[in-house]
Amino acid sequence: MSKLKSRQLVHDHNHDGVDRRGFLECMAWAGTAAFCVMSGGVLKSFSMSDLGKANHAAAKGELFFAQISDSHMGFNKPANPDVAATLQVAVDKLNALPVAPEFLLHTGDISHLARPEQFDNVDQILKGAKAKDVFFVPGEHDVIDDDGAGYRERYAKNTQGAGWYSFEKKGVHFVGLVNVMNLKAGGLGSLGAEQLAWLASDVKSLKHSTPIVVFAHIPLWTVYPDWGWGTDDSAQALALLKSFGSVTVLNGHIHQTLQKVEGSVTFHTAASTAFPQPHPGTAPSPGPMKVPADQLRSLLGITDVTYVQGRQALAVVDSDLVTGGAAAPAVNS
Amino acid sequence: MNSTLQRINAAMTVVRAVALAASLLASANPRTSAVASEPAQQAAHAPAAVEVKIDNFSFAPKETTVAAGTTITWINHDDIPHTVVSTEKVFKSKVLDTDEKFSYTFSKPGTYPYFCSVHPHMTGTVVVK
Repeated sequence: MSKLKSRQLVHDHNHDGVDRRGFLECMAWAGTAAFCVMSGGVLKSFSMSDLGKANHAAAKGELFFAQISDSHMGFNKPANPDVAATLQVAVDKLNALPVAPEFLLHTGDISHLARPEQFDNVDQILKGAKAKDVFFVPGEHDVIDDDGAGYRERYAKNTQGAGWYSFEKKGVHFVGLVNVMNLKAGGLGSLGAEQLAWLASDVKSLKHSTPIVVFAHIPLWTVYPDWGWGTDDSAQALALLKSFGSVTVLNGHIHQTLQKVEGSVTFHTAASTAFPQPHPGTAPSPGPMKVPADQLRSLLGITDVTYVQGRQALAVVDSDLVTGGAAAPAVNS
Repeated sequence: MNSTLQRINAAMTVVRAVALAASLLASANPRTSAVASEPAQQAAHAPAAVEVKIDNFSFAPKETTVAAGTTITWINHDDIPHTVVSTEKVFKSKVLDTDEKFSYTFSKPGTYPYFCSVHPHMTGTVVVK
């Protein structure tokens, strides 16, 4: 189910005809476009050229938002000496859509070293986005040295604990979680008891038909523990959400797009806007992948998500940063 | 960097104190005048500096055994920042970007497990005899 291959990731066919259980016919590629629409429990795949269909829903007043991740402002090594430029390309690409995303989610590693000037630089570039709001969760790079004090002062003023929070948009319940604090030697990402207790109380009064989008930096599913790509207590968080009919989990951290579906939960990781990282286990370490300059932007990206109200539908679209978008490889469906 | 400066200052203070003691001894007893050169000799005979490299998201060597009084220096050779943090809160580096270093002098025998607080799957141990 969760075989991690570079181009073709998931097949899960549950032809049970039950609304809350979909089947997945879509693929995610590192750096190319994959476009999945969940509608009435069925996921359909489209190529990059069909991006307009998701955007069409937004034009009709449905919820359309985008995820960006791992901008690593301050990184200047050969993998990408100008991460400000590639973040700007990501913003330009979002702004060029026929309908602008209503808001952005940034799933962490905003900065490379949590320096104020690095946050400033990102803020300045994001100001140019047509999207009205940006909702953040911290990556481990954003809480280096000061346990996240600088991050929280800037991005998490009205939040709980280390910076977790929830909000509603057009009937969708969004939950921003922090899994990069108080990490234990030898462990993975961590949510902690206090945050789990908060999550339990946060979703307790919601109808089970409420679509939920959970976003956090480190994947909330175990991608590759040898590289720390997972969260120790994510199963406890997901257990709190298992009675909901539609749960979408959006993560960053691993600088590549991966997707899998388990029952009513769709897991998705976004590409970085800064530099790619290798596929799990294919390199000695998860350090930045150095690629030829003319290929870099095809390995960076953004993710658009559309929710069609009343249809339990979330469309997740990954696009690379190559102007005009690369043609998606043929979808195996 | 502050901790490095503090250690340098502390080391300078010791050198000054030894030099002062030596000069006092020298003035008290002419036969011990040769001792005035002792600080330099001590430096020459100090335990060799021990280095732990951070490469490919791992500490090398993963376990390091040293004599009490040894200073260990960690140097980050990765393109990604790391930290060196004692699991039992004995020492803690600031973030180490590429090629940056952190040093700590282990004065007491014991076992000191540590990890990178940014990438906690990176672990190591210092054993001080």
